[in-house]
Amino acid sequence: MNARAGIELAVDALTIRFGGLTAVDGATFEVRTGEVLSLIGPNGAGKTTAFNAITGFIELTGGHIAYRGQRLDGLKPNQIAALGVVRTFQKTSVFTGRSVHDNVAIGLHLRSRQTPLAILLGLPSVAREEKELAKEASQILRFVGLEARAGQPASSLPYGELRLLEVAVALAAQPKLLLLDEPVSGMNPVETDSFMKLLAQIRGQGITVLLVEHDMKMVMGVSDRIVCLNHGRVIATGSPAEIQRNPEVVRAYLGERYARAHG
Amino acid sequence: MKLWATIAWLAFLFSVPLWMGDLYVLHILIITGIFIIAAMSLNLLLGYTGQLSLGHVAFFGIGAYTSSLMSLGFEVHLLPNWLVKLEPKPVWLGMLTGIALAGACGWVIGKVSFKVRGAYFVIVSVSFAEVVRLVALNWVELTQGPMALNNIPVLRLGVPGWFEFAFLRKPANYYLVLVAAILSYVLIRRLVSSRAGRAMIALRENEPLATSVGVDVTRYLVLATMIAAAMAGAAGALYAHYVRIVDPDVFLFIYTVTMVIMVVAGGKGTLAGPIVGGLIFGLLPEVLRAAAIKPEVQWVVYGVLMILVVYFLPEGIVPAVRNWWQGRARREAAEPPAGRPAAEAAR
Repeated sequence: MNARAGIELAVDALTIRFGGLTAVDGATFEVRTGEVLSLIGPNGAGKTTAFNAITGFIELTGGHIAYRGQRLDGLKPNQIAALGVVRTFQKTSVFTGRSVHDNVAIGLHLRSRQTPLAILLGLPSVAREEKELAKEASQILRFVGLEARAGQPASSLPYGELRLLEVAVALAAQPKLLLLDEPVSGMNPVETDSFMKLLAQIRGQGITVLLVEHDMKMVMGVSDRIVCLNHGRVIATGSPAEIQRNPEVVRAYLGERYARAHG
Repeated sequence: MKLWATIAWLAFLFSVPLWMGDLYVLHILIITGIFIIAAMSLNLLLGYTGQLSLGHVAFFGIGAYTSSLMSLGFEVHLLPNWLVKLEPKPVWLGMLTGIALAGACGWVIGKVSFKVRGAYFVIVSVSFAEVVRLVALNWVELTQGPMALNNIPVLRLGVPGWFEFAFLRKPANYYLVLVAAILSYVLIRRLVSSRAGRAMIALRENEPLATSVGVDVTRYLVLATMIAAAMAGAAGALYAHYVRIVDPDVFLFIYTVTMVIMVVAGGKGTLAGPIVGGLIFGLLPEVLRAAAIKPEVQWVVYGVLMILVVYFLPEGIVPAVRNWWQGRARREAAEPPAGRPAAEAAR
């Protein structure tokens, strides 16, 4: 454990209820600056709900969330993104009708500084910035390996590349904390491997990553720490090795009988 | 190539009054041009943000009434013993006020409907248009109600006492509308190819993703509504000082429908769409009339054509032509040039 590492995101007693259903029940965990933290747990454990709460898509029932000391609860998703907390979605989500390049250009919204008045007046600064943005969009596409697809409509991409495009759009928003919701679900092993390499590169840029993923090979391979949720509660926190040995986690995933027989 | 096509187009449009002696044709072109401006403004909302404003004519009417009333002057009791009186103002000032007021109404509508999308946005916009129409109809002291505002002055530009030009005749009005349309086109083109336009498109394509990368979608919806409203108000002001009579019928729902048809048939979300759609569906009634078909047949043909366009070209005319053109270019590129041996072509 690195004692110098600051706390990027602090989730404190997070509770979310939908009517009578408690999706997240007093979950407390933190993401440290620079690490890859994975959120795992069986289906329905509340992982995506926690994601939605952190990024402002749903309201909290209780508890609070702070990013570098600033409260996130009550902010709108775009305000949270402006602070540097950017997410991807579990279900593939891109701007389908636009080209790959345009998708990333839309993602560069926060990077861009044009005001509506300057745009309407056609000031040269706008044209200059547009050129820079186009260059940056190309750089991001090169980074994720989609530069050859730049001109194609997003709808024409195969599944694996669509998921890369999602990450490219999120990276364009210049995250300091990137939340990835099952980025490799549906990918084949080769695609998953190359995604893991990409993740290492993202990390190399100093971006902290909070990951939700079911692919255990990936989770164990990339995570510094893992938080395991079950029925909305945190049942274990620790390094990949610790999590693998944790009887609670084994029980949550494989059931009571398996745990008794092998534990 | 593209630049030359643009120059040729502009030269053609500017030359029309020089060789077109038929003033009736010029009149039709002026009215069509005014509607194209309104359709372009609607396209900003419908085509780029994806929100259907079925009350768009309200902004057109607000521009027309405001500009007319400013240039005619008015006396109105806001309270039983509080009389507000306005002396007639120059037309250009009236027009600017009309544009500003229409834009302000657009801002309010955008703000009020900040959370409503789709069908609810339609309802808010329709209701707004109907309320404005009822005000124009019933606030007789201000608007003359169904008696209409008459003798609206024409636009005069220049320095008083030294040089003045009145937009009285049809060629002058043609140029006025043409310049206004070009200006609107340029503004919309700047907007949609910028950060603001991308934000609007993002709202249309995928709102949750747009917000997650930091786009304040409400802000850009309000911006789009405001600019579209101001532009429709400008079209309304041009209309008022050209036909020189305005009655509550300018708020009729059919005008909104006409604008929607122009945008959808031409191709929503494309720059040229409202222009192509506007030219076709603005000039078509006159072409059909000239073909000496009975009036009832004329509208049946109009309706059938409209249905055919929407049925066969659901994306609109401009995207369909563009796809066909690109497809043809690809096929030509794929086929080996004639006369070369197949083996060589295959290498």
